[in-house]
Amino acid sequence: PVVVTFELRRWALNSNIFTINGSKNLMFVLQAEVFPYPEIGNEEVEEINQLVAPVERFFTEEVDSAKIDREAKIPPETLNGLKELGLFGIMVPEEYGGLGLSNTMYARLAEIISLDGSIAVTLAAHQAIGLKGILIAGNEAQKQKYLPKLASGEHIAAFCLTEPGSGSDAASIQTRATLSEDGKQYLLSGSKIWISNGAIADVMTVFARTEVDVDGVKKDKISAFIVERAYGGITSGKAEDKLGIRGSNTCEVSFDNVPVPVENVIGEVGSGFKVAMNILNSGRFSMGSSSAGMIKKLIELTAEYAATRKQFNKSLSEFGMIQEKFAMMALNAFVMESMAYLTAGMMDRPGLPDCSLEAAMVKVFSSEGGWICVSEALQVLGGLGYTKDYPYERYVRDCRILPIFEGTNEILRMYIALTGMQYAGKALTGKIKEMKKGNIGMVFGVVGKKLKSSLGGSVDYGLTGKDGVVHPSLAESAKKFEQNVSHVGSTVESLLYRYGKTIVDEQLILKRVADVMINLYAMTAVLSRASRSISIGLRNHDHEVLLANTFCSDAFFKNNYLMTQLQKHSPENNDANIKKIAREVLENRAYICSHPLERTF
Amino acid sequence: MSGRVLVGVKRVIDYAVKIRVKPDNSSVVTDGVKHSMNPFCEIAVEEAVKLKEKKLIKEVVAVSCGPQQAQETIRTALAMGADRGIHVEVTGKDYETLGPLQVSKIMAALAKKEDAQLVILGKQAIDDDCNQTGQMTAALLDWPQGTFASEVSFDGDKIKVVREIDGGLETIKIKTPAVVTADLRLNTPRYATLPNIMKAKKKKIANVKPADLGVDLTSRLEVVRVDEPPQRQAGVKVETVDDLVGKLKEAGTV
Repeated sequence: PVVVTFELRRWALNSNIFTINGSKNLMFVLQAEVFPYPEIGNEEVEEINQLVAPVERFFTEEVDSAKIDREAKIPPETLNGLKELGLFGIMVPEEYGGLGLSNTMYARLAEIISLDGSIAVTLAAHQAIGLKGILIAGNEAQKQKYLPKLASGEHIAAFCLTEPGSGSDAASIQTRATLSEDGKQYLLSGSKIWISNGAIADVMTVFARTEVDVDGVKKDKISAFIVERAYGGITSGKAEDKLGIRGSNTCEVSFDNVPVPVENVIGEVGSGFKVAMNILNSGRFSMGSSSAGMIKKLIELTAEYAATRKQFNKSLSEFGMIQEKFAMMALNAFVMESMAYLTAGMMDRPGLPDCSLEAAMVKVFSSEGGWICVSEALQVLGGLGYTKDYPYERYVRDCRILPIFEGTNEILRMYIALTGMQYAGKALTGKIKEMKKGNIGMVFGVVGKKLKSSLGGSVDYGLTGKDGVVHPSLAESAKKFEQNVSHVGSTVESLLYRYGKTIVDEQLILKRVADVMINLYAMTAVLSRASRSISIGLRNHDHEVLLANTFCSDAFFKNNYLMTQLQKHSPENNDANIKKIAREVLENRAYICSHPLERTF
Repeated sequence: MSGRVLVGVKRVIDYAVKIRVKPDNSSVVTDGVKHSMNPFCEIAVEEAVKLKEKKLIKEVVAVSCGPQQAQETIRTALAMGADRGIHVEVTGKDYETLGPLQVSKIMAALAKKEDAQLVILGKQAIDDDCNQTGQMTAALLDWPQGTFASEVSFDGDKIKVVREIDGGLETIKIKTPAVVTADLRLNTPRYATLPNIMKAKKKKIANVKPADLGVDLTSRLEVVRVDEPPQRQAGVKVETVDDLVGKLKEAGTV
């Protein structure tokens, strides 16, 4: 599947992190974008309901997930059914034969498609990343030539970036494309691994190093190519025998001097890395809705069991520890949905806004939340959940890939933390310059402000109150959110003071910053969504308020703890010890304690 | 012959939903409950579209009676291949008491207005299981009827209908114009694919009021009470036939 690279580290070390002129604002401050919750027109709602019905029906009646998992194959009839339904070209514009649906609609359909993990990954590999390059960076000729057959499913697409030596560090790929003497084609050679649809794809987006001329100096830069299997020289290895999503084909793809016409370069030569990042960023948000869709289904299945299974003369649903699991599943589904559709709604706004930070947060939250929820759902079924007679173990196996592909959660946390801190860094530059000039008053100003907010001085970003955008029944949660935000602002400031540029290497710190930011975005999403539900009187909005307040309260305390750990010399912070333990273990490549039964006398 | 077929489609609670009775026992809960096209109506639409694909008829018109949401059902029919739709607007109390008598009056009026050659309906709706609308429509129009159809074919200017009846299968030939009601084995309805749903957006749905058709919607029926069926009791195992007879006598059934 797919990876993201951590280019930020390279960039941060080579440039002055504090003088970035990025237009990316810390989204918390952008009230206007997240309140009110994105609304779609009546017509669109009707259309979505229309489109959802046949897809749901197909998946319930025609998809045998157990069989697909058992045989590690999606039957051709099922694949054909998916093609006929139009699911291979959901976001391809109508003029090229696709459905031309928005990100929001795509997210809605993803909720149903996720009922079968193998199908979901096959379709995503094809359109969320496989053909996405042509869609967002291709020229008219490329679109006309390739999109129609890809949209109908006649041709299947794949995304070829990862190599044996280059996973998260995607910029280090070695596959090379050399321009021919006559300048009419590139010869592509190299090996790619973990390629979804690798054996069945007819059209592949392949990334390779190309030699470019930068101001007279020859440099190696990555370019993106549209490569047809028909060009020859392409071999696919045997399908990987995977833990989950077994019906999705994953294999090695090798290129041996494959001739690729120069017209098939996507975007500019040398701009491949950016193309790759844009592709990956644009598909990530839908993991929120697909995980939510899966959890909602699991709630139905497990609730049925919990209500009927009796032990100690009570049904399971009467026991606290079982009830907790259902609450957790409902909360997770609620947050994932809210985040996914908030992000999709923002992405659908005119002007192609950059929501890569938000999409990354949705991905991290949903992949980990999904993993925990499927495990707990299995737990409710006990021994039965552990058998193949029930689908729970398959859901567990299928979900394990979520924190790994599409950018490992470790990489995405680094991206989230560093991007989120950019804004704080920018604001800080001014203060640092003042300090250097010897403006002591400035320093006192900063210290004084920090003292005030750390003493719990009231913080008001205007979310609540007379002109507030949050409904009164959510006011307390909004206040907690505002407190967290101000606290995180000062926390980030002091971290940047303390570490400066070296912060890029402090992963344990950045992990906490990322977690706080993810929680904050989640809180924003639920507050926005619940406010809207109350205002327009959606059915069961009281339940939504309950979910929103419960989540925000929980997240508030978690954030506070994380930020406490981030204080200088915080006793709650065990990082130094953790690093020491890790170092000693890794040096010895083993557990180093003497056995408890050993003697020295 | 106009070559036009009228197909009636009804919006009902989805077959997979667990039905619940309202606390006041007046009716079943419909709020927030998943609805879809009556399965027998789907079969009716499929048959009409198949006839058009075989070029035996020229136009398929989907009709539904009900509130705003009935349009969704018509759109599904359009996505399956119907050419245009007619939404007969019935709301509020009128909709609550809408039954076969009223619908058949509407269908009859429309059949005349649209100069239909054939009216195809589902044999019954899965919510009220009336199995009357087709028959009443034919009677009002004084047209022949082929009900419980498991096979329909054109034979010159007549229609051959194979009917599923208690004793087996009965084949009849009826003159057109006629009314046919679809039974389960008539065909397997196609999925409304997403591209077809998008195309269907461009097809027209006309809006009509029952008054425009001169139809009186007053109901001759009054629903007194709706109850859930009694809970199924657990069975009892007995050792001998004598025990069985004894238990049956106890229960007063022997």
